[in-house]
This record gives sequence, C-alpha cells and structure tokens, in this order.
Amino acid sequence: MDVLYFAWVRERIGIPREQVETSAATVADLVAELRLREERYELAFSDLTALRVAVDQKLTDFDAPLGGVREVAFFPPMTGG
Amino acid sequence: MRVVVQEQPFDIGAETTTFAAGHKEMGAIVTFTGIVRDLPDDPLQAMEIEHYPGMTEAALTEIAQTAIDRWTLGDALVIHRYGRLVPGEMIMMVATASKHRKDAFEAAEYLMDYLKSRAPFWKREITDAGESWVSSKAEDEDALTRW
Repeated sequence: MDVLYFAWVRERIGIPREQVETSAATVADLVAELRLREERYELAFSDLTALRVAVDQKLTDFDAPLGGVREVAFFPPMTGG
Repeated sequence: MRVVVQEQPFDIGAETTTFAAGHKEMGAIVTFTGIVRDLPDDPLQAMEIEHYPGMTEAALTEIAQTAIDRWTLGDALVIHRYGRLVPGEMIMMVATASKHRKDAFEAAEYLMDYLKSRAPFWKREITDAGESWVSSKAEDEDALTRW
C-alpha cells in the first residue's frame, strides 16, 4: 500500500510517500512495524496522541483495519482555516 | 455547492457576486474570509500551507454537504488556498446562502469550525526567528462540540 506523510511527520521521516509491503491488520500494527525500521520512524511515531491518520483519504483512528486498503496517511492535527 | 482548492489568489468580490447571483429565492448570503495575520512580536515573512490533494477536496465537500443538509442551505462555497502566502493575503473564504440570515450565519460558523480541524491543511510560519509548524489549538477542537 502507499503510505503518505505530511507536515512535520514528512520532515522527520524524510520522504512524502512510499510503498510499503505489509500484512499489518490495523493501522496500529503498521505503526509498530514502521517504528522498528529506523530511528527516524521511531522518532516520528513516538507520540501517537500527536498524530492523526487517514485510511483511503478518510480520517479514522489507529484501530482501523487495513484489509483492502490502498493508502494510509499520517500527519499532525490539522490547522486549516 | 462549489469547493475549490487552489494555489493562486481569489477575488472575493467576484466570487461573492457570482455566488449570490444564482440564488434569487435566498434572502441571506453570509461570507467569511480568512487573512494571513502578521505576528506583532515576530514579524511573519510568509505562511506556507501544505495539504493532502484528493482528501482535501473530499473532506471539504463532505463538510459543506453536511452544512447544506443541516441548515437547508440553498448553496455553499468553500475556497481554500495552499502554498506560500504573505501577511494580508486571503487564505480562504466560505459563503452560505439560505432563506434567512440565522441559518446562513450558523452554517458559515459550522463550516469554519470544521475546516479548521477536519480538513487536511497544515500551516507553517516563516519568521525572522525561524520556521515552525503551527500547532493545533485545544479551543479549535472544543469548538466542534457545540455542533
């Protein structure tokens, strides 16, 4: 699936998007996998309360299942307006 | 309903005139415009707005449709810019059309409250002192509970 990063999450990880091969069942499982990769991921995902997640471009939470999902995005709380 | 996400400036006068022209049966048009505000203690050079193409349009459309259904609006307009903006520039506008003003005002406030913390935009401030991402405010999240 495609994994996208925005704002300071993108800066910490160093890339805006990447293809991830995963069998993670939920967003939380995917986060756990990513955190084990490298320190920059560990740093970006160290405080999940500071993060929001969208699955297939819909805001959801970290319990969301990933079956059949094409796109997951991680970002800080939004500041529009 | 019209939802626009664009980098270039918009003309609030032309947008409002066009929006109002199509709604003879509506007695009230409310517009709100957000402006890049300078920071008195740390002058702002620019504000950069990042967004999530695709999700942004979908989220704004969903928020606008909810407002239209809830207040039986004749129409709604949302324009939001991204990219690099300087103080004084218009960031975004919303417009609502309804038979009576109360619904138009309330729906415009609802649109503003939701697009502040539920549409995928992120602001970054560039000042003489450096650059930083704008933090979300607890009061913006709290504002949603009144709806």
